[in-house]
Amino acid sequence: MKISAIVTLKKDVLDPQGKVVHQALNGMGFNNVKEVRQGKYFEIDIDEKDKKKAEEKAEDMCKKLLANLVIEDYKIIESQ
Amino acid sequence: MNSSIIIFPGSNCDRDMDVALKKFGFKNKMIWHNDTELPKSDLVVLPGGFSYGDYLRCGSMASKSKIIESIIKFAKSGGLLMGVCNGFQILTETELLPGALLPNKYSKFICKNVFVKINNTENNYFKNIKKNILELHIAHNEGNFFCSSDQMKNINDNNQIALTYCNKDGETDDNSNPNGAINNIAGLFNKQKNILGMMPHPERMIDTYLSGDDGSIFFQNLITNLK
Repeated sequence: MKISAIVTLKKDVLDPQGKVVHQALNGMGFNNVKEVRQGKYFEIDIDEKDKKKAEEKAEDMCKKLLANLVIEDYKIIESQ
Repeated sequence: MNSSIIIFPGSNCDRDMDVALKKFGFKNKMIWHNDTELPKSDLVVLPGGFSYGDYLRCGSMASKSKIIESIIKFAKSGGLLMGVCNGFQILTETELLPGALLPNKYSKFICKNVFVKINNTENNYFKNIKKNILELHIAHNEGNFFCSSDQMKNINDNNQIALTYCNKDGETDDNSNPNGAINNIAGLFNKQKNILGMMPHPERMIDTYLSGDDGSIFFQNLITNLK
């Protein structure tokens, strides 16, 4: 089963990379961009047929390694 | 005094730290991250560098190394554990120290000398140190210390701030903050003060002709305190 997860910075955490991307977009003429926040996307292929179990495992991975919960949030966005 | 330096794939300040510790009298051993047991040590050091290429988050992979379990046990039993630069990042990723090190506020790798003020001398690292402002070197892309307001309250309540960025007169302000760290934090203790994480590299300041002497002051004082 393939699980997709995203990890994003918490709202009050500074994101200098997102800021630079925002500036670059402005420089290209995309003047109506209000803010850009950069995050991470993971595709995890788990040898598990049970959707619930696979998602639980992926969630455990997010908590223990993929996200640092001091500064980031995670979300399992797709399982197939 | 016995010390151990842990080498992770991508560590690059391990040998500088080895030179520094030996210069001031430590009998040092280099320990590979895949080992599971620590030799008997009075001090364990997590060195600077780019462990695992800084993949995912700085220090995140190293914090899951085989040796980490022994290190946590060592630190929890009161052993002196010091992390410099990437070592500090590893300490926050293992949750031995609170908070996290974010990318620098101005998206730049910073490599320069800075002044830091020692905020707490009631510990083995800084007790009786003869200067309270040190000139040390920093070289990092992720040194912007961040923590939640609850964590900050605990840090202040337990007097855990070890070092703050300041100017040469010891004034802590925005102009002397190189990376955007909350409250100019450059170094942090755990509650018990046996674990110290810091962004500056004292091991780069142990030679008058090459750099400076303030690292020498730090190491000389540390080994004197441990004897």
